[in-house]
Amino acid sequence: MTRETLINSALALALLLVPLWAYAMDEPFIITLATKVAILALAGVGLNIALGLGGLVSLGHAAFFGIGGYAMGILASHAQSYTAITDWPVLIEGTKSMPVIWLVALLASGLAALLIGALSLRTSGVYFIMITLAFGQMFYYFAISWAAYGGEDGLSIYVRNSFPGLNTLDPIQFFAITFVLLLAALLFSARLAKSPFGLALNAARQSPQRVETIGLSPYRLRLVAFVISGMITGLAGALFADLNRFVSPTMFSWQTSGEIMVFIILGGTARLFGPVAGAALFIILEHILGGLSEFWHIYLGLLLLLVVLFAKGGVIGTLAGREKAHD
Amino acid sequence: MSLLLLAEQVLNGLQFGIMLFLMAAGLTLVFGVMGLINLAHGSLFMIGAFAAAAVAGATGSFLLALIAALAAAAAAGALVEVLVIRRLYAREHLDQVLATFALILIFSESTRWLFGSFPLFLNIPEALSGPVTLPGGIQYSLYRLTLIAIGLVVAFGLFLLISRTRLGIQIRAGESDREMIAALGVDISKLYTIVFALGAALAGLAGALVGAIQSVQVGMGEPVLILAFVVIVIGGIGSIKGALVGAILVGLTDTLGGLLLPLFFGLFMDNASATSTGSALASMSIYILMAIVLVVKPSGLYGARA
Repeated sequence: MTRETLINSALALALLLVPLWAYAMDEPFIITLATKVAILALAGVGLNIALGLGGLVSLGHAAFFGIGGYAMGILASHAQSYTAITDWPVLIEGTKSMPVIWLVALLASGLAALLIGALSLRTSGVYFIMITLAFGQMFYYFAISWAAYGGEDGLSIYVRNSFPGLNTLDPIQFFAITFVLLLAALLFSARLAKSPFGLALNAARQSPQRVETIGLSPYRLRLVAFVISGMITGLAGALFADLNRFVSPTMFSWQTSGEIMVFIILGGTARLFGPVAGAALFIILEHILGGLSEFWHIYLGLLLLLVVLFAKGGVIGTLAGREKAHD
Repeated sequence: MSLLLLAEQVLNGLQFGIMLFLMAAGLTLVFGVMGLINLAHGSLFMIGAFAAAAVAGATGSFLLALIAALAAAAAAGALVEVLVIRRLYAREHLDQVLATFALILIFSESTRWLFGSFPLFLNIPEALSGPVTLPGGIQYSLYRLTLIAIGLVVAFGLFLLISRTRLGIQIRAGESDREMIAALGVDISKLYTIVFALGAALAGLAGALVGAIQSVQVGMGEPVLILAFVVIVIGGIGSIKGALVGAILVGLTDTLGGLLLPLFFGLFMDNASATSTGSALASMSIYILMAIVLVVKPSGLYGARA
């Protein structure tokens, strides 16, 4: 077992034990915080597939996070008002069932990622960053002007959506759902990195010409990675909306894209558990610094600056040492 | 719809585009010469607006306010370049994005801490307030007209600076071969600081000028920054000419889309849904424009490389 695996296991265990301890102590707020960490980490795991594995610096992942959130908001708001979403050409009704909502969130954000990716992957480097940022902003303005679903005010859902066999209103049970989904995404992401697809994607990041010479298309590899990445972030968006029982255009804002990226960097780029460490650190900082000063973002900014300039590996890089060059 | 309204909206689009150009020009210069993507450019826009509002509030002079905006933004730009940005030139884009994102957080929250969360107001100077009658009987705000004029003068000045002066030669040389001009004895790090401060000053000027027709508040810079990115993607990175053409295209598309799309949908829809569909689509129109340019010409209208 390498040092990084050890740290990863410790992180996963801590994320499980803290809420269990809070449950025993009857501290529902801490369970909610842990749930938030799990969901934000899931969003980061999604972005990390594009960013860490594919080398695609997407500053527009808020688009997928928001689409997942709005998938939940739209379906649940129709279910709670007993109105159909559309009755032509087929009757589509709202739903309060989480698995259905997740499926819709995955499909919708995957489709959006396919469109955005197909356009923005025609370019690379700094163009790609600016274009993804711009498309994210497009969804933000669209959500604001979409009066049918709350416009600027967003949508409130009165009761959390249901999951067969569980009481999702109980914080610890909802945490369990998000924790299992996070572990599943981490497992998937680890398998993906070792799969032929993941290896080819990694190669396309390091040397696109060579990948092309052996008959693979870097564009297609990146597009698939971008879609998978968007889908996982979209799922996280649906869960995040369910946690707050509220969706608003803020989920689409460029700050959200930036923050998801910050989780990855604070934790350590291209590390499997980087987003988990980063999201946990972010929430802890938000709580400690946010309690000390209203202007805690100044300290967050300074910390981020120091990590970028002087501690490139983030939390996991600092603890586990340099990544091995070859597996 | 009257022709007068259309003419007024075209002028509004032009004015918006020209202000976007001031932002985009700095960004594209910094990218062209140093290869740096700077998300904190919007913060410099904000600093210009706040400096102008503070000085105008204390002295009552709009001219002093403009000078203060230029000076504050250029100083902030130079300071940030020396402290942070110059460590990023050799780094990958991801690091540049994150470090400049961190700078946004620091600048925005510091400004909130200094000035509070409430918006400040910067008044249009007395001499420029009120409408003016243009040929054809169009009534138009004199201040907005002045903005267009200032923007065009700055654009012309920038062309002269780049094509006619010694600094311009060094900037163009720096774009194509930085080792070579360093070998020729040009102090490259000083050149970088000057270029960065120049871009910052342009952003600060735009912030102060726009601040008089909007409210001056924290977070005002980032929406403009993202639009400036759209401009650069359309115009092509590193090209001042592309930035000017792209900015005017974006300005006109945004303003005219908001006016014409609801009318267009009104042709075959009832009024309420035409307005909501039209304005929802209008909010997306510039991004659709960007998407079209990407499909047709991925390197932008005047871009050399993708």
